[in-house]
Parts: sequence; structure tokens; C-alpha cells
Amino acid sequence: MNTGDILKLDGITPAVYDGDSDVNGVFCCDLLSVAMARAPEGSAWVTVMTNANVVAVASLAEVACVVLAEGFEYDEAALNAARGKVTLLRSNEPVYETAVKIGALL
Amino acid sequence: MGALHLEYTVAPDDFSRAGEVSGIVKRTLKDLGFPPAVVRRTAIAMYEAEINMVIHANGGKITADITPEEIMIVFADQGPGIPDIDLAMQEGWSTASEDIRDMGFGAGMGLPNIQKSTDYMDVQTTVGVGTTITIKIFVTQ
Ligand SMILES: Nc1ncnc2c1ncn2[C@@H]1O[C@H](COP(=O)(O)OP(=O)(O)O)[C@@H](O)[C@H]1O
Ligand SMILES: [Mg+2]
Repeated sequence: MNTGDILKLDGITPAVYDGDSDVNGVFCCDLLSVAMARAPEGSAWVTVMTNANVVAVASLAEVACVVLAEGFEYDEAALNAARGKVTLLRSNEPVYETAVKIGALL
Repeated sequence: MGALHLEYTVAPDDFSRAGEVSGIVKRTLKDLGFPPAVVRRTAIAMYEAEINMVIHANGGKITADITPEEIMIVFADQGPGIPDIDLAMQEGWSTASEDIRDMGFGAGMGLPNIQKSTDYMDVQTTVGVGTTITIKIFVTQ
């Protein structure tokens, strides 16, 4: 399964996307310390955090992508930080529904 | 590979760049072929210490000394210092403001996470003078 498969799901759209990358799990968290320490490499990280720090952690933890839930919009700084570096997706649904949908693809 | 010495400056209150030094060192370690667990442990500890410099201490300096056997990183700042280090080391204890928490920081897990992910951690801190944290990660294959 890869980020391209996630994009085919209803209600999920790209914010920063440059090519498919493999996804091996789903991780949900809104605390940066916890995500930094625990997000599995290659997972899809579902969060409601919109700021650029999410991009820094996503890059360091080497997650496959960030999925911003609840229909929220990424901050401009987050979009700029992610370009060429981290895949950012958006979901119209809450965290749980988003994670379940992606998890079903695994 | 011989010894590698790297030095960086961390800007105060620059959240858009927070974590940058950790990212550079992580990529360096990866490129040098260190084991993934060593790279990850270093990245976790570095990120927390770097963020602490930004949110608690008006930035500072990071130096990294890398040998095949050991990774040593020193985080030195001239911030307010830590009045009670035993308290600060406790999981969940944080003086971070509401604004900082809204950004996803301030869980009070930074210092404990640094301790957990390293083989050695030393904190020298004086109120009104600053804080220097030294960490080491021993390289085991
Ligand atoms: N470099 C530093 N300078 C001054 N105070 C610090 C520094 N690092 C940590 N602290 C203090 O220790 C507390 C605990 O740090 P930490 O475990 O990283 O949690 P958090 O950063 O989420 O508050 C901080 O809230 C702060 O009061
Ligand atoms: Mg901290």
C-alpha cells in the first residue's frame, strides 16, 4: 500500500505531494514528543495539528505521510517546510474515521 | 571513518526552523552508515533538546562529536536555567505556556525521552546563567 492508494479514498486530498511512497501502518497522535518517540517509520500519521513542527517531526521520524484530519488546513509555514520533503494529505473526516479507512487498505 | 566535529547555532523562538539541526545530524549519521536504531535514538534525543533550547532558553549552540564508537552531543544555552532538575526530569512536568502547548509541545516528556533514548545524559544548569546538556549514544551493531 502506498500514499497514492490513500489519495484514492473519498474525502482525502493532497496538500504537498510529490510521488507515491510505501505505507506500512497508521499512527494517531497530536503530541509532538509522543509522535517523535513513537511514530513508526513508514506509517501514515493522522493528526489535527496544522503547524510546521508537525513537518519537522514527520521528517525526523520518517513517516510516509501526514494526514491532517477534520478538514483542517495546514499553516502556510507547514506547506512551505514540507515541499520536496514530506507528503502532506488532508482528510474531511475526524481522526478515528480517517485512521480506520487507511488501516483497511493495509 | 575518523572523528567528525560539527557545530550549529539554534535561533531563539524560531519554530519554523526548530528541529533543523536534528535533521542535519540525523542525515549525516544515516549517510555515514550508523545502525538505524542508533540514528533514531540520536534523533529523538536531539529533537527534544533542540526544541527545549527554542522554547525555554532563547536558543543556543549544539556541537556533535561523532566517532564509529560513540556519538556525543552537547547542547549549551544561556537561558534561565532549571531551578529543580529532579522535578524537570519527571514525566509530565512542564513550565511551557498555553501558546506553546497549542503547538503540540509542552508535554513534559522531553527530558525523560532524552534520558530513555541515550546511554549517558548529564545536565549542568545554573539559574540565570544557562543549561548545558551532554548526551552520548554508544554504537552497538
Ligand atoms: N534548556 C532549558 N532551559 C531552561 N529550562 C529548561 C530547559 N530544558 C528544559 N527546561 C525546563 O524543564 C521542563 C521540562 O522539560 P521537558 O521534559 O522537555 O518538557 P517540556 O519541554 O514539554 O516542558 C521545561 O518545562 C522547562 O521548565
Ligand atoms: Mg521539552
